[in-house]
Amino acid sequence: MFGLKADWSLEVFERYFTLGDYAGGEARWCPGCGDHGVLTAAQRVLRDEQLHPELTVAVSGIGCSSRMPHYLGTYGFHGLHGRALPLACGIKSRRPDLDVWVATGDGDCFSIGTAHWIHALRYNMDMTLMVFDNSIYGLTKAQTSPTSPIGFKTNTHPFGAIIAPLNPLTVTLGITNISFVAQTVDWNPPMLYETLKAAHRHKGTGFVRIIQRCPVYADSLAKELQGDPSRFLLLNHEKGIQIDKSASRQFPNQQEHDPSDLANAFKLAADTSRIPLGLLYWNPDAPCYEDLSSAGVEMTPHARLAGFNAALDRLTI
Amino acid sequence: MTTTKKETQVERETATASAVGRVAETVDEHIVEIVSDSGEGAQKAGQTFGTVCAKMGNGVWTVEIIPAEIQPPARSPAGASGIRIRLASNYVTNMGDEADVVVAFNEQVLYSRIANGAYKKGTAVLLEDKWRDDAVPEIREKYAKAVAEFKDNGLIVHELPIEKACLEITPNPRRGKNMFVLGMLCQIYSRDIGKARDEIATTFRRKGDKVIGMNQQLFDAGCRFAEEHIDFCYEVPPQAGQEEQKQRFIVTNGNTAVGLGVMASGMELVSMYPITPATSASHYLADAYHQVGGFVHQAEDEIAAIGFAIGSSYAGKTACTITSGPGLALKTEMVGLAVMAEIPLVIVVVQRGGPSTGLPTKVEQGDLLAALYGEPGDAPKVVIAAATIEECLHFVIMSRRLAEAFRTPVILLTDANLATGVQPFPRPEPTIDWLAPPIDQSEWDENIPPYNWDPETGLSPRPVPGMPGGEYILTGLAHTSESKVAYDSDSNQRGCNMRSRKFAALASTLKPPQVHGDPDGDLLVVGWGSTMGAIEEAIDRAQAQEHKVSSVHLRFLSPMEPGLKEIFRRFRKVMTVEINYSDDPQAPLINDDTRRYAQLAWLLRAHTLMDIDCWSAVFGAPLQPGMIYKVLLKRLTAMNEGVDS
Repeated sequence: MFGLKADWSLEVFERYFTLGDYAGGEARWCPGCGDHGVLTAAQRVLRDEQLHPELTVAVSGIGCSSRMPHYLGTYGFHGLHGRALPLACGIKSRRPDLDVWVATGDGDCFSIGTAHWIHALRYNMDMTLMVFDNSIYGLTKAQTSPTSPIGFKTNTHPFGAIIAPLNPLTVTLGITNISFVAQTVDWNPPMLYETLKAAHRHKGTGFVRIIQRCPVYADSLAKELQGDPSRFLLLNHEKGIQIDKSASRQFPNQQEHDPSDLANAFKLAADTSRIPLGLLYWNPDAPCYEDLSSAGVEMTPHARLAGFNAALDRLTI
Repeated sequence: MTTTKKETQVERETATASAVGRVAETVDEHIVEIVSDSGEGAQKAGQTFGTVCAKMGNGVWTVEIIPAEIQPPARSPAGASGIRIRLASNYVTNMGDEADVVVAFNEQVLYSRIANGAYKKGTAVLLEDKWRDDAVPEIREKYAKAVAEFKDNGLIVHELPIEKACLEITPNPRRGKNMFVLGMLCQIYSRDIGKARDEIATTFRRKGDKVIGMNQQLFDAGCRFAEEHIDFCYEVPPQAGQEEQKQRFIVTNGNTAVGLGVMASGMELVSMYPITPATSASHYLADAYHQVGGFVHQAEDEIAAIGFAIGSSYAGKTACTITSGPGLALKTEMVGLAVMAEIPLVIVVVQRGGPSTGLPTKVEQGDLLAALYGEPGDAPKVVIAAATIEECLHFVIMSRRLAEAFRTPVILLTDANLATGVQPFPRPEPTIDWLAPPIDQSEWDENIPPYNWDPETGLSPRPVPGMPGGEYILTGLAHTSESKVAYDSDSNQRGCNMRSRKFAALASTLKPPQVHGDPDGDLLVVGWGSTMGAIEEAIDRAQAQEHKVSSVHLRFLSPMEPGLKEIFRRFRKVMTVEINYSDDPQAPLINDDTRRYAQLAWLLRAHTLMDIDCWSAVFGAPLQPGMIYKVLLKRLTAMNEGVDS
């Protein structure tokens, strides 16, 4: 953005990006779907951070939420079911200059892509990971998801889901080298925006689980949560997500939580009576894999050739 | 090097000169094996022997004899571990037939080699004799029984106190006997002793001078031992003209060659998951890749490995993934994505025996059809196969270029035979244009869609993240030239047309393959992959017997090289020879309706509409020239009988 810097000089960017620069095709999600709000929040972060559309890549798997790249004006990669993270990590591996955003869902990330969820968080590459969790498979029309509550009726479990849901937060907090774990809801736009912005500014994988509405196949789940603020616990801390008045009003249960306290984060995540919102864990110093995987990117062709000749020399008889 | 110049000069005399009173018999080629229990160092001794032979100007092929288990029980036939070295006065392309000389650390391991037909009547067996007087009666009995059986089978058994001689130098002969045996072989084959001692110093350079000295001492003792105990001695002269050419050679196996190819191609990333027999290519790269600024990513699974590579390729850095058949199966969906979204990618498949976990360490050419047709829907791509170890290197470079020029995944097939075979070949002289060009980040004309297909060739330029104006959303869904998701009939048909047409365009640039032998005759053998050397050697033998046979070897499997029909028409019969499954026409219930053909034969029958026959086997072993020669004679006889009747 335009503005005066501390030394009173005027800062004028050669290019200034507006929301229109981040708009892609018209979003085709159902009316009332929580995905719309996430898209808008992400576009606002892109605009406010003035990220170059050509250096931004939105990567997704398969599912309703994985349509997100199509609605952005950046580069995008709409990949395979469950595989957004390996693709995103590969993009970042030799192109650390690219700003990578990952859109994935509860089925995509916590079920078919489980192995990549675990390992990509361990790699901790610098990217923003948005998990749109609506506790249902929407694109394939109402099958049980790993986060569907027990007893919830779906087409694959018409008499109700038969096993307890996976807790994505405790699993994520158990992964070595995690660096940023946050949870938010789609129906509080300021908190959603602040959470995505914090995840993006964090160097490392910014994991954000977004509890989100599916008005078509899981309407009752979100309605129940929206109607009962006592189910939530808003986490407060100077190092945490900035909380505006709307969030404070909406979520009266609040607790001070230092995001560097992993043990307390576990406790909060494991307590299923209260759904924590905010930053559960933050470690700004966790090593990022792209700092290793991009070694040698700057090497000149002549240096590469010399290196290859040296390798050949060792095998020459 | 720890040997001083003075020492080296003194010992430059070859072993022949010191073999007093014994004249070396000159032979064109010999096959030597060292077999032992796993972990006794036979492979190291053999590789060193092969390198010494290569340095002396011989054509060489070495191949490891690998037990399927990591720690097989000692003295068991199934535990045979070791190495075969074929050395010759001409260029060698395969492991050959039966061995001439074998050194065995115990008698039991020889049984599996005998069962594999590795030996003939007259093969000299240099056998460790310590088992004859073993404390355990059962071992003594087994030993005596085996020696008698070997002799009955026509093997010439020399029982030798190898371990006893080693004990005079080292208290632990299990670690050192191999260098003693190297000395024996260097004495028997009149090798350059100085070169061998230098090679030992190189092999153990990381272990320090003490270890080098001990091993050289054992080597010297092995030389003396052979001189005293063995009454034969050979000379295998170097290849003609090699001295004058001054050409430099490198010695590698096929997997190292793949690794070198990756480095020479300018690809900066290999993303892999461990799988036998492919992993050693990544081992080599993990050790050497940083010298060219590259990185090996060991992914969490096969799918993530190719996904990571595809991500890098999409971002403008064409990457490579290296795997074997079961890994390729897991990667299938991702290969389809790379086809659909036209992402350049190099997939090296080092084939092993299948299906399922199959024969992990053994050779098979069973993944051809999977490589071509493994994906759902129509997923055309480039599939090529390396026929030699040298091609393992150069074809990776070609693969990267094809992948980028044709905006496609390229599957490069090699196999366990190439992966573990070691051979000297001319040192590549790389130039800057072998490397991938620097990534293009210039402005993209917004009016040009991301798939601006040329209607005739299907080719299109590719926007890469970082190019302003090129922003597009890549998708694995059916899409228009704008990369917009499109479910309509015309868009899907057009996309399939364009993606297919690229390969017709590529085919139009290829030349017909060369025929080995006369361009017409009775029988033409068609092969692909690692069998080339063995097939051509069999053809040469048959031609020397006045048979009208030739062969042709295919490198391109998709698209196919042009002109195959014209070549095939000049022969009365065409057949493929392959290492994969096909029904024997004589087997029960097998007739024209039921016979299943070998994979290349299946392809060629569809491609040419000609009645192409095949012979194939899944022995889990490389094809040998003698085996192929017998097949050819049988088919020729059947053909001639057919004509007569």
